[in-house]
Amino acid sequence: MDALVQILFFFVLLILGYFSGRYFEKLHYKSILERENRTLNIPIVNFGAKQSFTNAQEAALFVGSVVISIDYFKMISAALRNLVGGRVTVYESLLDRGRREALLRMKEDAIKWGANQILNVRLETATIGGRSGNNSGPGSIEVIAYGTGVK
Amino acid sequence: MILTTLEGVPGQTIMEHYGLVQGSTIRAKHIGKDIMAGFKNIVGGELKGYTELLQESRKEAIDRMVEQATKLGANAVVNIRFATSSVAQGAAELFAYGTAVKVES
Repeated sequence: MDALVQILFFFVLLILGYFSGRYFEKLHYKSILERENRTLNIPIVNFGAKQSFTNAQEAALFVGSVVISIDYFKMISAALRNLVGGRVTVYESLLDRGRREALLRMKEDAIKWGANQILNVRLETATIGGRSGNNSGPGSIEVIAYGTGVK
Repeated sequence: MILTTLEGVPGQTIMEHYGLVQGSTIRAKHIGKDIMAGFKNIVGGELKGYTELLQESRKEAIDRMVEQATKLGANAVVNIRFATSSVAQGAAELFAYGTAVKVES
């Protein structure tokens, strides 16, 4: 009986994770695309350290950060993928979302300040261990994007 | 204090170098936030509590770096980089470093 309840609980979590994860991801991608289109006029480049920018008067540091979590369904499917190897596509979208979100937050901050360009952008990613207790794989990732806005 | 990730400050020239300055914070997970994060690990999505925690500790790291630079008499920190590392179970370090300089236009 106990085992049955446990199995049932597992499947409920799996289904909950699948649907809510899909829903949140869709929502997030929609917002990312919309904001990316809106902020398209400000170029982000990851060079600029060596050049001299004579037209720029002011510079300031801008940082965007986000911590984003994977859902239960993806965690299980990634664990299964670990058995056979290959591309873990479920994590790819997680990292993609995290990086784009961090970049957008940095960009939006810079636009508020009045930047017309963001130079020398760097990305830093770190994983926070999975759920407390069993540390199996990345449960969530944190991304920091930082760069120099000039105007 | 001017902070940039460039090797100088646009429109200004570097007059003096003061060397490397750094600031770091180590943060641990919060039990209340941890429970929320455990729930979020099921449904997926952004962990707002952790994002705030990360932002706070990033600010703290920058503040410590700036404090060090101010003590040296610098008015700008150039070529700033961030780095993260996990030092222990459930704790992570955020580390900011750069070169303290004096700039003049």
